[in-house]
Parts: sequence; C-alpha cells; structure tokens
Amino acid sequence: MSVSSVVKIKIDGVEVTAYEGDTILSAAKRASIYIPTLCYLDGLSSYGGCRLCIVEVKGSPKLFPSCTTPVSNGMEIITNSERLRKFRKLTLGLILSEKPHICSICVANGHCELQDLAKEFGVDHLRVEREWTAHKIDLTHDFLVIDHNRCILCARCIRACDEIEGVHVLDMKMRGKDSQVIVDMDEDWASSRSCTSCRKCARVCPVGAIYVRDKPFSEIKDKEMAKFILSRRGL
Amino acid sequence: MMGELGKINFATVWLSGCSGCHMSFLDQDEQILDLAQKIQLVYSPLMDAKIFPENVDVTVVEGAIGNEEQLNLIKKIRKHTKILIAIGDCAVTGNMVTLRNALDDGAGAILKRAYIETATKNPQIPNDVPKLLERARPLNEVIKVDYFIPGCPPSAHLIKYVLTEIISGRTPNMEGKAKYG
Amino acid sequence: MKPEDILRIAREETEKQGFYKYRINICCSSGCLPFGALNLLKAFENAVKKFGVESECKVARAGCPGTCSVGPVVLLEPGGYIYQNVTPEKAREIVKSHIVAGIPVKEYLYANEAFFKKQLRLVLRNAGKINPMRIEDYIAAGGYQALIKCLTKMTPKEVIDEITASGLRGRGGAGFPTGQKWNFVAREKNTPKYVVANLDEGDPGVFANRTLAEADPHSIIEGMIISAYAVGAEQGYIYVRAEYPLAVNTLREALRQAKAMNLIGENILESGFNFNIELRLGAGAFIAGEETGILASIEGRRATPRPRPPYPATSGLWGKPTLINNVETLANVPPIILNGGDWFAKIGTPKCTGTKCFSLTGKVNNPGLIEVPMGITLREVIFEIGGGILRGRKFKAVLVGGPSGGCLPESMLGLPIDYESLTKAGAIMGSGGIVVIDDTACMVDTAWFFTDFCVDESCGKCVPCRVGLLKIRNILERIMKGEGKMDDIDLLEELGVYVRDASLCGLGQTAPNPTLTTLRYFRDEYVAHISEKRCPAGKCFKEQASLEVKE
Ligand SMILES: Cc1cc2nc3c(=O)[nH]c(=O)nc-3n(C[C@H](O)[C@H](O)[C@H](O)COP(=O)(O)O)c2cc1C
Ligand code: SF4
Ligand code: SF4
Ligand code: SF4
Ligand code: SF4
Ligand code: FES
Ligand code: FES
Repeated sequence: MSVSSVVKIKIDGVEVTAYEGDTILSAAKRASIYIPTLCYLDGLSSYGGCRLCIVEVKGSPKLFPSCTTPVSNGMEIITNSERLRKFRKLTLGLILSEKPHICSICVANGHCELQDLAKEFGVDHLRVEREWTAHKIDLTHDFLVIDHNRCILCARCIRACDEIEGVHVLDMKMRGKDSQVIVDMDEDWASSRSCTSCRKCARVCPVGAIYVRDKPFSEIKDKEMAKFILSRRGL
Repeated sequence: MMGELGKINFATVWLSGCSGCHMSFLDQDEQILDLAQKIQLVYSPLMDAKIFPENVDVTVVEGAIGNEEQLNLIKKIRKHTKILIAIGDCAVTGNMVTLRNALDDGAGAILKRAYIETATKNPQIPNDVPKLLERARPLNEVIKVDYFIPGCPPSAHLIKYVLTEIISGRTPNMEGKAKYG
Repeated sequence: MKPEDILRIAREETEKQGFYKYRINICCSSGCLPFGALNLLKAFENAVKKFGVESECKVARAGCPGTCSVGPVVLLEPGGYIYQNVTPEKAREIVKSHIVAGIPVKEYLYANEAFFKKQLRLVLRNAGKINPMRIEDYIAAGGYQALIKCLTKMTPKEVIDEITASGLRGRGGAGFPTGQKWNFVAREKNTPKYVVANLDEGDPGVFANRTLAEADPHSIIEGMIISAYAVGAEQGYIYVRAEYPLAVNTLREALRQAKAMNLIGENILESGFNFNIELRLGAGAFIAGEETGILASIEGRRATPRPRPPYPATSGLWGKPTLINNVETLANVPPIILNGGDWFAKIGTPKCTGTKCFSLTGKVNNPGLIEVPMGITLREVIFEIGGGILRGRKFKAVLVGGPSGGCLPESMLGLPIDYESLTKAGAIMGSGGIVVIDDTACMVDTAWFFTDFCVDESCGKCVPCRVGLLKIRNILERIMKGEGKMDDIDLLEELGVYVRDASLCGLGQTAPNPTLTTLRYFRDEYVAHISEKRCPAGKCFKEQASLEVKE
C-alpha cells in the first residue's frame, strides 16, 4: 500500500490529523476522543448495525456510523450532541427490550458490554414494552452455549468465526425481528462438522449469548482478542 | 412537599419482589438516620399500617405487578401519592417475575409448579390467593412512574443518592449509575 | 451486424406492418393473463380468419396499456380504441363490426377518456402497442436507433452530458441525478465495471416496472447498453424478482433476440464495444431492491444492506465500480438520446424533469398504471385520471410512495408531484405507488398496516429499524385495542424520528413515514382512539368487549 495521505478534520471542535482510509472512529480513537460502540470490534470488519457510534457531520442532516464512515478532508464531526445522546439511549433501551434480558440471572452479569453501556447512558428503565417470545437455547455442544434470548444480533461472532478463525460456521437466518444466529445450516451445535470449537465466538460476544459453560465470564470475554490475533498475523 | 411537623410523608410498598430492595434500603446504616429526620413513614411492610393512606408525598415501590390485588393496589397508590419511585429491577423491568411471560400459560404453569408438583401433602391450587395476571408487568407499563432505581438490588448508596436528590427537589442524574442486575 | 442492418430491419418491418389497415393488440401482461388473454388472442385470430380480414388486420400479442382493472383489454389501432372486459364472443363482434364494417362497438369501449387525457407516455411509449416478444416490433418503433447514435456519433462523455442536460433523476425512489451518477462511475479507473438494472420492485401493489418489462423489455435493455457504453462497463445484470415469471421470460427472450442481432455481446454492431447482460433472479424481498442489498444478492449473499460510503459507484459488485439504475430510469434514456436533453428538460418541472409512472390503486374509479409529467397535482391524478373516489365516497387520504410513503390529507391535494414537494409534505416518490384511501378507513389502522409490512421486510441488521419499527407497530396495535395512553403519541413521534434518522438504509429511513404523517395530519383520530376509546371510522374496537381494559 502506498503511504496514505494526511487529511485534516475536526472532531468536536478539535483539529485532528487523520489518514485517508481512516474511519471517523479510528481517527477519533487515535485522538483519544471517545465514541461509544457495540457491534464494532477492533480487528473485525465493520458492521454498522448497532448505530451506537453514530455521529453528526456538519453540512449534512444525516447521521453517520463512525465505525464505517471514512474521513475526508475538512470534515467537521460532532460526537456528542444532545440528539446523539438521546438516540444512543433509545438504541440501548430498544436492544434491552427486544429480548428478555434479565441481568440478575444472567451469566454475563457484571461482564456485559450492553449492561455497561446502559449504565453509562443512564438507561434506568425501558420506555417500550418488552417482547416476551421465548427463544432457543442450544446446549448441545460440549462446552459452548448459545442462548438466543440474550443475542443482540451484533454479528460479532459471525465475523470472528469467518474472518479470524476462517471457517464461517456461524451466519444469520431469517430477517428483521426473526433474525437468528445459526450454526452451519441451522443445526445443533454438537452436530456441526465445521466448528473447530475454538471459542472465538464466545470471546467476542459482547453479552451473555455465547459463552463457555462452567467458565467465569471474566476469563471468556476478551475484547482485544481479534486485534491481538491480527497483530500476530502481521495484518 | 411537607407533611406533619414539616416532614415528608413517605411510604414503601412491597409487591412481587424478594424484599431485597427493602433490605438494601435499610442497608444505608447510620445514613438512614439523616433520612429519618426528613421523612415521616406512613405506610410500609416495615410497619403495621394496613391501608394505604391518602396524601403521600413519596412512595417507593419494590416488585413487579403479578396479580390482580397488586394491580388494584398500585393504581390506588398512584392516585394517592405525589412522587412514585420504582426501586429494583422487578419494579423497573419486571426482572425474574416476568420470566413466566414467555410461557404459553405462564400463570397456570407457576401455580402448578408451586402448589402441585412440589407439594408433599395435599396438592391443590388454593382459591383464596389473588388471581395471577396472565403476564407480570413492570410498574411503568401500568401506571406512570416518576423515578427509577434499577439494580438487583440497587446499592444502598444509589438509593440514598436518588432519594436525597428527589427530597431536595433536584432531578437525579442516572448516567453512570443505573446498573441492571 | 452493422448499424445499417438494424436500420434496414426497421424499414422492412415498418413496410410489413404498413400492409395492415388495422392492428389488434391483445394485452397479455400479468394483469390480463389470468382472465384468459391467451384464449382471446386465439379468438381474435380465428375471428379475422372467419371474416376473411386476415390480410388487412394484424392480430398481435402486446403488453399492458394501463387499464388493468378492466381486463382483458384490447387496444385497436389506428385510433387507439381500448376495449374492456373482452370475451371471445365480444371478440367476434368487434372484428365483425369494427374491422369489417368500420364501426367501433361503443358499448364495449373503455369509456374513461380522462384516464389518458392528462397522461404523457414516454417511458410507456410502446406499452400495449408492440409485441414484446418480437425485437423487430421494437426496432420498427424506432428502437435501438439511440444506441446506434451513441455508438456511431457520440463519445461516452457526450452521452453523459446529454443525460445530465436532460435533468433526468433516478426513478427508483431517491431521485438522484442520473447524469451525475453515470459520471461518478465513468471517472473511476478501477475495472471491470458493472451496470445493474433494478427490477426488484418489492413494494406491494406496485407494478410499474413489471409492466414495463412485460410490455417493452427492449426499452430497458437499450437504455442499459447505452449506460454501459457511457460508463465503460462490460457486464450488466438485470435483477428481477422471481415472482415476476412473465417479466423474466419476456426479458430472457428479449435478451436472446438482442444477442442474436449483436446488440449485446462482443463488438456490438462492429463498434468495438463489448457488453453482456445476464438476468439475476431475486427471492422477492423488499430489501433486496436497496442498492447495496442488490449487490450482496448478486454476489450470492444474503440481501443485507451495508452502510454507504463507499458508494457502489466506487465500490460495488466485487468491489468494482458499479452503476445501479432503476429500469424506468433506463427506459427514459433512448428518447433522451434521440431527441436531446433539452427536449426532455422541457417536460415536467425545472428541477424535476420528464415523467413518472405510477401504480394508481385503492379506492379510485380508474385504477391502473399511469404515466404523468412531473409537477402534475395529486388532485389531477386522483380526480381526473383516477376518476374520483369509488362508489361516490369521500376522499380521506392518499398514500404516496409505497408502504413507506406518507399519508397526505385533502388539504394537500394541490401538491405538485415532484421529489422535493413530496418529501416536504412527509411523503416520498418511492417506487411510484399511489394508494387512495376513502372515509371508511381508520388512519391508525392504515399506519399500522404499512408499518407491519415494513416490520416484516426489515432485514434486521440495524437496531432502529429492527426494534424501533417493531415497537412503533406494537404501540399502534395497543392504541387500536383501546389500550393506548396519551403519552403514546409523543413516544410514537420520538421513535419515528429516531428510526428515520438513525437507520442504516432507506427502508428504516422511510418506514416511519406512514406513522409520522398520520400523526401530523390525522392526529385527532389518534386522540379519539386513546381518550375516547372511539374509532372515528368505526374500524377498531370490533371485539371491544373482550379487550376492554380492566380499569
Ligand atoms: C428498501 C428499499 C427498496 C428499494 N427497492 C427498489 C426497487 O425495487 N427498485 C428500484 O429501482 N430501486 C429500489 N430502491 C432504490 C435503490 O436503492 C436505488 O436507489 C435505485 O435502484 C437507484 O436507481 P435510480 O438512480 O435509477 O433511481 C430501493 C431502496 C430501498 C431503501
Ligand atoms: S446479556 Fe447483558 S444485558 Fe442481557 S441479561 Fe445478560 S447481563 Fe443483562
Ligand atoms: S467455536 Fe470457533 S469455529 Fe466454532 S462457531 Fe465459534 S468461532 Fe466458529
Ligand atoms: S451471539 Fe453474541 S456475538 Fe453473536 S450476534 Fe449474538 S450477541 Fe452478537
Ligand atoms: S434500515 Fe432496516 S432494512 Fe435497512 S439495514 Fe437497517 S434493519 Fe436492514
Ligand atoms: S459500532 Fe458502529 S454501528 Fe455498531
Ligand atoms: S395487464 Fe392488461 S391492461 Fe394492464
């Protein structure tokens, strides 16, 4: 790759130097400006699904997910307006109300990115009624569990399995509210012949949806994992 | 917001919850004395009042709404109280009480489990317990709630913070504090 | 084949058709097919034989002239006589009277002159008049002349300039300037480049693109070849939903014939330009029509949108520059090339040139497929072309733009139809669906109906659309059951704005429109449902007794 050229942008009024090819998020990170994220994970491809990282760009009425939007010279970005805070809070409340998240009895309690974000943004109650559909729990694998009642459909597991482990065991079936992560061709995990049982999916899952049975959560969850593997590969 | 003797009329209510929130409330140790100087407890499981009084200033409610009795009670409470605070995950989101909501006949299932499957003597569903609602619900699905203190249970510290803010006429800022579970 | 060969075919075919004094076009498009159009074709063929007028009357299969609600339909030329609800018996009578004796059968004629009066058929120039299964028919009607002009007399840049001058904007919904889009793709250095014609048309009740493909497939193909020439693409895909079998077959046959004449393939008409077109069938999801959804689907993945930028113009199919246009946009191209951009720019309004096809449905007297100049008012469309409200009922609202369009009230009937005016009023051009709603409809129920469609069609990738929209639907449902709270109105508005602004793709960004516009224009109906437990239209609360809240 050729040496990328430098672009000048402003984030929250601060002049920031970024490189062509940077996303707003990566430029902000380098400048130590915090933007909340959920579906994004360093080392995995960007997904743009959770909309937590949305920012405003001066001159456009639209909102842009910072994890996928490339910077361009002269861009002026606002990461923390009242509208953005309100929308992020709504997003978190909606995610919590889509499935029966009951933190007090959840394996991830205390180690959950969704729970942490809800706390950060002061989501102290749910403004809409919850969905009460019971979803499947796949307990067939020797030690890996997927509990769809807590899955927030962020696709981190799918990307990790595909992009890091390279086997693409996991994918999404159906659409909309019926979307569900599946193993192979929607089989029980135990009967999967492509899964290497590497646990990467459990490590990147931000919530208590995929986990390793009988393992403390602090040992399973590893936000840095994808980045670490990529750096070892020299990517 | 003043009752007799310049104190705030204060009530606490225990609906479908485990009483953990009340424990946490009491867990404020000596700090509770500060509070005690400002409030007049008029109704609470901690005391003997049987009827929810009129003209309550602040009511703290623990627990989800699980049966018809609670449904009627919470409506009455709402009518008679100025500020209503939902305390704990059960009151705020429904928490475990709402686990049955995902089942087809959730209410029937838990009655069966409680009174028949696990009974050692004379298994039968009693007819003098209040009728369970088809779905258990958090408070704000049924009535208007003014403030929320999530947590299972919420820390004594958080409870104190919120109550102090409210009693002092300020709006508590829950950012960085409202932890479920 | 050389350009001269095409011109020769045009001459010969015109001459051949000139032998006939009459031409009976039997609509065999999807609207008339189920009502026995093919039998009718036979009946007419037999009738002309029986009455011995075979040599002066041509009986031909044709596409849809637009009056689908009164099918099977027959268009008799010269004179543009449209016969409605034709049966084999009527066919014999029509031949006997109209062809043999020269007297049209009045009582079988389509009587709504107003239906065509205010229309301007540019895209649908050949619809209903030519046999879509014969490329010669298209060529005789002036087809492929524009392509010849481009290949022999114009540089790609000149082609783009002509389109830019025309002011043509994308007919797929967003109205992006077509010339500008072509330019974006043309200036990319990365090759190969692709062009994609979008015929997904996933909106319920919308059938303009399908009809176009069934009636005049070559107009799409010609436009597409020209676009490929302009941007420098060598491969094209027409993305059609598999639920459109007749459109698929018609396009397949058209492609075969075009290939046989070297209008697509290698060294097209000996110009040195190569371009191939393949059909790609979609499984018929609304979201597969979104441009990045289409790309994913053509690449063989799930049709899930992705954030833009990068736009398809820089990184489309397999990461290569890709031009995506709606088929109606493409069908506009040949006449623009032939008549010039300036000519086109005079039609419609200054910012919104040309015409637009609409599927006019709902409670109007003359539903069907129409094409009108931009800037025409909703009132003209509904009350003149559409002939007013069915059974003399009262107009209540009109949903413009498909399931994620806006519900506009009577006070907005004077609104000119153009991208900006519609957006300002809370509606969209969208796919060109116009649904007329009369006073028997409940607007909360209407909002619920279209929201429910979008909930089902959401791809589920982003939270605002997947969850936010679902909650909007649920709140609407609650209000319809009489369990609404006054706060729900504000909550609906807040959620609607959030879903509109924070969603990833156009589906979520437009799906709150029915809710937001009914809240804006018909708020009193919401209030009546909530505070009085009353449905002004008398639709909701049918099972009120059982749903009564336990107060
Ligand atoms: C949910 C959704 C569905 C769409 N469906 C179609 C469609 O069926 N046909 C179409 O041409 N464009 C559709 N579009 C618009 C396309 O994304 C794209 O803008 C269009 O094909 C570009 O062509 P144009 O510039 O010629 O309009 C859809 C957009 C969205 C968001
Ligand atoms: S996954 Fe997180 S948010 Fe969901 S129940 Fe578990 S701890 Fe709570
Ligand atoms: S354990 Fe590894 S291989 Fe198996 S599904 Fe998870 S990430 Fe994929
Ligand atoms: S299982 Fe976990 S990582 Fe995978 S989509 Fe669900 S929440 Fe995301
Ligand atoms: S807006 Fe809806 S359809 Fe579009 S990406 Fe988001 S979930 Fe999918
Ligand atoms: S982190 Fe950017 S959309 Fe999820
Ligand atoms: S399909 Fe025959 S008139 Fe439209």
